This record gives sequence, structure tokens and C-alpha cells, in this order.
Amino acid sequence: MSVETPAAVNGPVLETRGLCKSFGALTVADQIDFSLERGARQALIGPNGAGKTTFIELVTGGLPPSAGHILIDGAYVTELPQAARFQRELVRTFQINALFRRLTTLENVTLAVAERDGVAGDLLRPSGRHNRVIEEAFALLETLGLAEDALRPVNALAYGRQRLVEIAVALGLSPKVLLLDEPAAGVPSGESGLIVAVIERLPTDIAVLIIEHDMDLVFRFARRITVLVQGHILVEGPPEVIAADPQVRQVYLGERPHGREAR
Amino acid sequence: MATEGLVRPGIAAGPPPAQWAIDAFAGRHRYRLLEALPWAAAIAAYFLFPSYLPLGAQILATILFALSADLVLGYAGIVTLGHAAFFGTGAYTAGILAANGWGEPISGLFAGAAMAALIGFVSGCIVLRTTGLTLLMQTLVVATLLYEAANKASWITGGDDGLQGMEVWPIFDQFRFDMFGRTGYLYCLIVLFLCWYLARRIVHSPFGRSLTGIRENVRRMHAIGAPVRRRRLIIYTISAAFAGTAGALIAQTTQFVGLSFLNLERSGGVLIMLIIGGVGRLYGAFIGVPLYMIAQNRFSEIEPV
Repeated sequence: MSVETPAAVNGPVLETRGLCKSFGALTVADQIDFSLERGARQALIGPNGAGKTTFIELVTGGLPPSAGHILIDGAYVTELPQAARFQRELVRTFQINALFRRLTTLENVTLAVAERDGVAGDLLRPSGRHNRVIEEAFALLETLGLAEDALRPVNALAYGRQRLVEIAVALGLSPKVLLLDEPAAGVPSGESGLIVAVIERLPTDIAVLIIEHDMDLVFRFARRITVLVQGHILVEGPPEVIAADPQVRQVYLGERPHGREAR
Repeated sequence: MATEGLVRPGIAAGPPPAQWAIDAFAGRHRYRLLEALPWAAAIAAYFLFPSYLPLGAQILATILFALSADLVLGYAGIVTLGHAAFFGTGAYTAGILAANGWGEPISGLFAGAAMAALIGFVSGCIVLRTTGLTLLMQTLVVATLLYEAANKASWITGGDDGLQGMEVWPIFDQFRFDMFGRTGYLYCLIVLFLCWYLARRIVHSPFGRSLTGIRENVRRMHAIGAPVRRRRLIIYTISAAFAGTAGALIAQTTQFVGLSFLNLERSGGVLIMLIIGGVGRLYGAFIGVPLYMIAQNRFSEIEPV
């Protein structure tokens, strides 16, 4: 059930309140109060196993939370299944490419655009007649520099370019909130510049949250950084503040064990 | 997914102009001359092999059956060993009608298709909740249940002996089912053509494209908001209708239905024929079925030593 609050228009586009998730005795999300503003450029960082991907799964509806609330545009979506959240224009990409590998690049993006446009259920008209959908998909490929690979199957592309296709598919859904799960993961350092360039040019009206380990990318991209450690938010703030924070350095360099009273 | 052999005439490497790529992509559904080949061959066969028309009619109907299997297996990626359930349902429906006073073929055909679609829908609602091996087992169960039901209800199905006493009326009161199989052959050919046309439209529609997406990466389809379960159920039901039509065709042209219409050999056989011809391309049925059935026919005429 969703409740539209009057502050919806000005409030954060994505919010979690007291979000918790446990698997038995293992707590992977611990009272997470998170918010993402409209048009944000935010990064979620933390050591391996901190629960970053779990957080994405909780927010997108892949995992049900143990407690707490999730709001999109001020409306409670905690109870809603994945498909319904998606309809609220919350889109994610995957850490390991989840593409239609044997289909062409253009086909991959066209499938996404067709779903968003609501024409994907059309049983009888040939998909080639839905010109608008194809042209929009192609235009998207052009803006990401993938136009020359439009008719090649995805598995023939270099991995870095496949990561771009992953982003293209997400953009084809015209999201309001875009969650990028390690967009540069697995990309050889020679190709990661492509990814960075694309992320920097994302439309300004989309709120973007990236999970990343590549600190160069994070500090280039983010206006705000959230640090997640063992399922709870350690600290949040603009990049300069985070870079200077001693606790963050401890967590990453391991001068002291985490979770103890050293916090 | 092949780009179907399109070659740009001697232009240096570089990004293709947008319109060219878009047209190439959008033009995939257009008819190609090669697609007329099977129909030309079928019409030629009518004149060239007048004594083989009954076999020909069986081949045509089995092509339709294989086509229906291709829709679920080749396009949606649903592996099933129970497709004979729908084939047999269509056959028995048409057969029971004809054996009990209603021998009108066209309406019998529709009745067979409708009954098979119903069974397909109901079983699909249960069976399609699962995937992989579990799904395979469940399709087997459905077919086995129907087999046993037909066996037990021998008062209406004829049980082990098969359905006796079918009387199929002439089509449109004009075309009698003659003993040379001429009417039967053309009847099957026309029905196959219409169903193929429909299947082709579905496969090239946005719905059909989304099925290949479901087959290739179902997780991604969920992530782009596609109603995966609903789409699979729809294609499963449509496929069941086609399979039922094929069963009804064979029932009407041979004037017989037996338990073998529902058995595992029937389900497995159509898969083998489809795989021989190629899965997921629609024309696989047109290659695999005639090859298999003609070879089988030839071998059966060789006397065992």
C-alpha cells in the first residue's frame, strides 16, 4: 500500500528508514537510514561484505527486509514486489553483466524500451513497425558511443563495452533513480575511462547511486558519499570530508578492527 | 542471433549511418523468397506423389505439431516432454465429436484447438511456476495423467482399442474425405499454412521478441519489468492450441484416435524431429519432420531379414 506524503515533490526520491535485514544470526543490514535526493550523484562505498549489494537488493525488492521502510518519492513501497517498484522508475544494473548475450546490442536496448513503452505485449504487429521504439534505442546507443556495435551480438563486444550496454539497457527504461552496481567491475583499466565518461554525462534529472570500489571513479563522480560497514552506515558526506575521515581510513586500511568501540 | 547475412556494399569500417542499421533491424520480419519454398514443395508433392498423399497429410499435421513445440522450446525456452497432452486432447476432442454425431470438420478442428488451449492454460498455471528439471517432470505428469484418464474412460475414448466409428463430414458440404487422401492433404496444407502465418506473426511481434529475452536471460527480463510469468503462460496456451489443432487434423484425416496420441513417444518424437531440423527458427519443423517421417516410412518398407 502506498501513501503519498505532501512533501513528496520536494523530498528525497529514494529513502530508507531503519532498514534491517538478517539471515538468522547474521545481520547484513542494520538500521539503515538512507536518502537520495533528486538529481543526486551519490556513491555507496565500503569494504567487501559490508552489505552494499544486499542494500540494492532490498531497495529494488529482490530481498524482503526484516524490518524498516523503503520509500520512493515519498510513497511506501516496502510491501511491493519487484515489478511494482520497477514501475516507480527505480532501475538497477548488475555487478556481473546480465545481458541477452546472444542477441544484438540494439535488440538488448530495444527490449527494454519496448517494455517501458508498454508495447512489449503486442502479439501481432511486427516489432519492426514500432519505429519509435527502435529509433529511441538506437539514439541511446549513439549517446553512449555504441552505435557501431548496434547489430553485433553482445558477446562479441569487449567486456568494457558490454558494461556500457548494461547501462544503456537501464537508461532505456527512463528511470528516475538509477542504481549502478559496480559499473567498472571487471573492466580492464584501459577501458574504464569509457565508463567514467558515460557516467559523468548521465542526464541530470536522474538520481544516480553507484556502488564502487574504484576510488578514482568515486571521487570524480560523487557529490556525496555514503560509507557502509558491516551493514550500517559509518559516515556520510561530501568527498573531501570522507577522504579526511580517520574512521574511513581505519576501515579501509585496517589499523583497528571494525565493529569495536573504536567507532 | 544472426544478422541474417546482411552485408554493407564495400564501405570502409566505421559506424553505420543510423537509418541503415535501423532499417536492417526493423526489416527482419519481411518475407523472403526462400520462405515460399516449403509451400511450393508441398504443392508440387500433391501432383508428383499422388499415392503418398495420406502420408503427406500426416507429415503436414506433424509439422504443425512440431511448430507448436518450437514456440515453447525454441522461443520461450520451456523444455517440455508432455506436449502430446495437447496433441492428444485435440485429437480426442475432434474424434469424440465425430464419433458421436457431429462430424463437421472445421468446427471439430476449432473444438480440438479450444480444448487443448484450455488444458494448456490450466496446466500452464501450475506447471510454469517452476523451471528446469522440475518443470520437465511436471509436464510429463500432466501428459501421463491425461493418458490414464483416456485409458480409464474407455466408454467414451475406446481405451486401448482406440476410438471407433468416427464419421467426418465433407468440408463445407463439398469436399469429401476420399480414400486417396486428396482432400485430407489439401485440408492439412491449408490449416498448416494459416497456423504458420499466425506463428510467424507472433514470433516477430514485440511479444515474440520478449520471449527470446525470457529464454536468454530471465533475470534481466524481470529487471526490466517484463511480466515473465504471464508471457510464458500466453505462449504455452497458444502452443497448446496449435498442438491440439495438429492432433485434430490427424484424427479427422485418418478417422482414428488411439492412446498413442498421448504417450511419451509422441512427445519425445516431436522433439527429436524439431531438434533435427533446428530449434528456434520456425523452419526447423519443415526440415526435421519430413526428413524423419519419410526416412521412417522408407525403413519400415525394408523387410527385416
